[in-house]
Order: sequence, then structure tokens, then C-alpha cells
Amino acid sequence: MEYRKDYFAETQTQDLTEVGVTRQRSDALGHVTGKTQYYADRQFAGLLHLKMVRSPHHHARIKSIDVAKALKVPGVVRILTAKDVPQNIYTILCLIQVEPNDEPVLAFDKVRFKGEQIVAVLAESEAAARDAAAKVKIVYEVLPAVFDVEEALKPGAPLVNEYHGRNYFTYEGHHCRRVRHGDVERAFAKADHVVEEMYQSSPIEHAPTETTGCIVVPDQNDRYTCYSNTQALYFTLDNTALILNSPFHKLRLVGGTVGGGFGGKVDVITEPIAFLAAMLTKRPVKYEYSREEEMQVSSPRAAERIYIKDGLMKDGRITARKVTLYVDAGAYSRHSPYGTTKAAAHMPGPYTIPNVWVDCHCVYTNRTPSSAMRGFGVTIGDFALEVQMDKLARLIGMDPMEFRILNAYRDGDMKAHQKQVEGAALVECVQAAADLARWPIDDRSKTASSLKREV
Amino acid sequence: MTKVAVEFTLNTREQNEFVETGSTLLSALRDRLGLYGTKAGCHQGTCGACTVIIDGEPHLSCLTLAERCRGKDVTTLEGLAPAGALHPLQQAFMDGFAAQCGFCTPGMILAAKCLLDRNPDPTRDEVVDAISGNICRCTGYEPIIAAILTAAQGLRKPARKRA
Repeated sequence: MEYRKDYFAETQTQDLTEVGVTRQRSDALGHVTGKTQYYADRQFAGLLHLKMVRSPHHHARIKSIDVAKALKVPGVVRILTAKDVPQNIYTILCLIQVEPNDEPVLAFDKVRFKGEQIVAVLAESEAAARDAAAKVKIVYEVLPAVFDVEEALKPGAPLVNEYHGRNYFTYEGHHCRRVRHGDVERAFAKADHVVEEMYQSSPIEHAPTETTGCIVVPDQNDRYTCYSNTQALYFTLDNTALILNSPFHKLRLVGGTVGGGFGGKVDVITEPIAFLAAMLTKRPVKYEYSREEEMQVSSPRAAERIYIKDGLMKDGRITARKVTLYVDAGAYSRHSPYGTTKAAAHMPGPYTIPNVWVDCHCVYTNRTPSSAMRGFGVTIGDFALEVQMDKLARLIGMDPMEFRILNAYRDGDMKAHQKQVEGAALVECVQAAADLARWPIDDRSKTASSLKREV
Repeated sequence: MTKVAVEFTLNTREQNEFVETGSTLLSALRDRLGLYGTKAGCHQGTCGACTVIIDGEPHLSCLTLAERCRGKDVTTLEGLAPAGALHPLQQAFMDGFAAQCGFCTPGMILAAKCLLDRNPDPTRDEVVDAISGNICRCTGYEPIIAAILTAAQGLRKPARKRA
């Protein structure tokens, strides 16, 4: 790797001596000797195992729950249902005003996705917990389900999440996250070409080699320590305190060592119920996802559907971009309202376009709730934008690298979000990429700069 | 629950254990013996994180019954090098940034050890084949392959010197 100090040399104030130099990881010795302590690398006397009874239906009303037979299984210590949870409705980001609370810790009136947790069984062994979970009898009334973002927004679609009252998240009174800049319709009318395309993606599971889990251990003095592989210790602490109506000082979280996360361990799912179980039984409790649970119920990256309509001039300038983007949040908010905001902030890509119209919808469906994953809200949008850029370049017979350089942000340009561009570097990145790939670009593109727009 | 006595060699030492019939070697190592270097990733033989060496061959300890290890020679990551020392594979994984989250690392190193014991001069394709049952989700496969080739080279050098 090469650190090019000639780029923006006059504004460079740091001497970044570490760039391009290999440094050993500080945790490498632990990893190669097997001494790194992951959350499950501990033993506790009297450990109880927690297994969940999960919904077999995508959408159903819960008519009754009968745990009598399960309680008789040898080794079963306690069974928890919704009524054991002090504040059973929460939303992970409620403390940063992503509201309303819309997700139960344990489902009670309805289940809204397949695999939703309903009853927690605590037993002396995993096998006993599993056997007892299979003996919990739940009667359901199956409801119509909706699995498509655009179907979910149609009148008469099944209502997924009553806490929102409609199948979308409301942003400050608006039905979606919006960006408005200039007048796209007028620009389309004047454009040489108008190109409209649709892009979509499926949910993507992180599949970390270590599944999601935690162990909660009662300390002396009515305090509890949770060993967790969460990527979000403080979200976990906050939400657990709210869900359990517990003072913060009673809850201690130990973590930071994660056997693969990629955003898949940012939700707060296993810890609150494990804390509650430890509080009610006064025994250590382990709640660990099986591989099947990791695949079926842990939040994936959201599926997205994106419509992009562009106005394009023969000389290569994009004069208008209209984006309608749907994020499939699944049944509950988790991090998707935030991800949808990121999607809106990311449009129309790193290009200066004078007329922009963006609607980003966070939609509830009966699919597994989606959440964080590496660049969520941005990655799928980038895929759509860059495929669209190649299509536009091809349409007018322009080189795709030159086309990007022509439209790239320059410092001082006005973004669709009404902020002036600063620190742009896309022109130089494309130039360097062309150089490395030995891809010929014209002189105008070679001498272009992010610092000013050439006339 | 019925228990049976199992005598086996674990990391060069004689080990006598009473294990529950039907329980796994993985469970015996982690839950009974506290050897946490062996990782549990799937409990269904698909990820390779629980790989151990039994009589010189890589085995998935999550699919191996503890009672079937009677008389066998079992090596886990903890037994790869004397305390305080590193096996050339461990050193190469450290130097070559071949461990990210670290969860697949024990299985990777042990699968590689079996390969190099049997084939001191493997091709890149043979390395890829040897770790094909071990999943890395941080996708550091390239540095892992490079580290194994580097370790192989290092292990061959002293052999030549002796000869």
C-alpha cells in the first residue's frame, strides 16, 4: 500500500506515519493460543439454560399459552411469559428518539414474524430446556401476512405493527424520509434522456461463527453481571434497565470480545430476558442462539427496493435524479428507521445534481426484523446508484470513469441536503483507480480536481 | 444419565474422565475440562470452529462422541506448543494478520497442522482444500492461506539444515 502525500498537499497537516505499515493486532496472541476469552468461555456452578418457544407463524393472534406440561419436565426450573417482564414493550433506539416503542420482549397478544420469542424455558440442562419448550402449548389464530414493502403500503394490507397504526415509520409527521432540491419534473421535461430503473436486494444474514448469546450471573447485594458478545454494551445496559425497571447500578455488562459481529450483534435481544431470568431464579442463566436461531431470527441486513429516475444531457451532465427507496424493516423498528435516514442522507450519491427528489420509506412487513449490518442504509443504495451510473454512461456512449469525474462533487458545490461540499476526493479516487487499472481517460478528466469545478 | 469412563491422551498427558453417554468431545473439553481454545460455532458439523486433532487427523469435536475417544490421542490448540512458546503456525498467523475476530483461528490452525504434518510442502490449492471445512466470516481467507504457506516454509528450513 502506498500513502500518496501529493494529493491535497497544501492542506495536509498530518503526517500519517502508520498508513501502509503492518502492525500486529493487540489481541493476536490470545487468538492464536486460544486464550482470548469469549463470553461463553466460563463456567458457573448451577448454570441454567434458557430456550425459547418461538412462533411457527409469520402473523398470528395468540389465543392461549399453556405451560403446565412443560413445567413437569424433569430439570425445568421456571418458565417465563410476557407477564413476567416489567416493561414488555421497547425500541432499541428510544433513547435517541426513535419512537414509539413497538416490540415486546416476549410476545403476548400477537406474533408478527416467524421465530418471534414468546415463552422462555429455564432448565438445568439444555436438553431439558429444549424438551420442555416443545411441550409448551400455544393456540394461534393465523392472520394474513404481508411480505412485500409495496404491498404493505397499499390500502387494505394487513396491519403488521399496531404501535405504529400503519405499515410505515413516521418521520416528524411525514410518511417517509424526504430530500427536496430544485424541480425534478421541470428538469426531466428539458432532459435529452430520462432513464428509470428498479433495483432490489434480499435480506443478508451476517452468520458470525460465534452465535449471539450471553450469560447473566447474580452477584452479591442483588447485582447482576452479564457476559455478552453484544457489539453495543451501552444500548444493552440502557434497554435492559428500562425493560426491567431496574436502576443502572444493579446491572453490570462485561463484553468487547465478539466472535464476528458485522452489525448482527447490535440488537438487544438475549440480555434483557437473561437478566430477568437470573433475577427471578437467583441463578446464573445462559441464553445462546443455536445456529438455526442465528439464521432464522437474528436481524439481517434489510431488503431494499429502489427506483431511480434520472434526467441526463447528451454532454454527460445529470440534471435531475428522483429516488423512491423502500427499506423492509420487517415486523419491528430496531435500527431500520435510522438506516432509512442514512439511505436518504446518502442519495443522490457523491454527484452534484441540481434537481433531486428523494423519498425513503421504512416499511413494516411480517418478515424477520432487519437491523444493522456494515453500512446499512447505504450499501444497497450504492449498488443501485453505481449500476445506474454505468447504464447512463453507456446510453450516451461516454466512458464510465469520465462520466463519474464529470458529475462528481467538487468543493463548494451545493448538495441536495443544502450543505456545501467540503473535503471532496472522488475525482482523485477515480483518477487513481483509472491509473491502477491502466484505463485510459481523456485529458479533461486527468486534470480535473475536487478543489474546483472546471468551466 | 449414564456415565462411562474414558481414558485417552489429551495434549500428551493421560486423561481419565467420566463422560455422559451420548455427550460430545466438544462438551467434555469445554464444559468438563475448561479447555476453551476449542470453539463451538454451530454444534452441527458445518463451521469447523471445534476442530481438534485425533490420532493425527482433523476431527469435528461437536460431532465426535466423547466415549469414542477411548485410547485415542487428542490434541487441542492448548497442546500445540509448550507453555510460553509458539508453534510456527501460531507465529505466522500473528505476523500475517491471519486472525481477526479469532473465533475460527483455533480450528484453522489445527486443520493446517494436520496438513503440514502429512505434507510439509503443500501447494496453495492443497492449503485451500485443507481448510475448506473451516469457515471464516471476517473473510480473512487470503491472509490465512498466506500464513499457512509461510509457516510451511519456516518448518521446512530447519529440516534441511539438519539433513
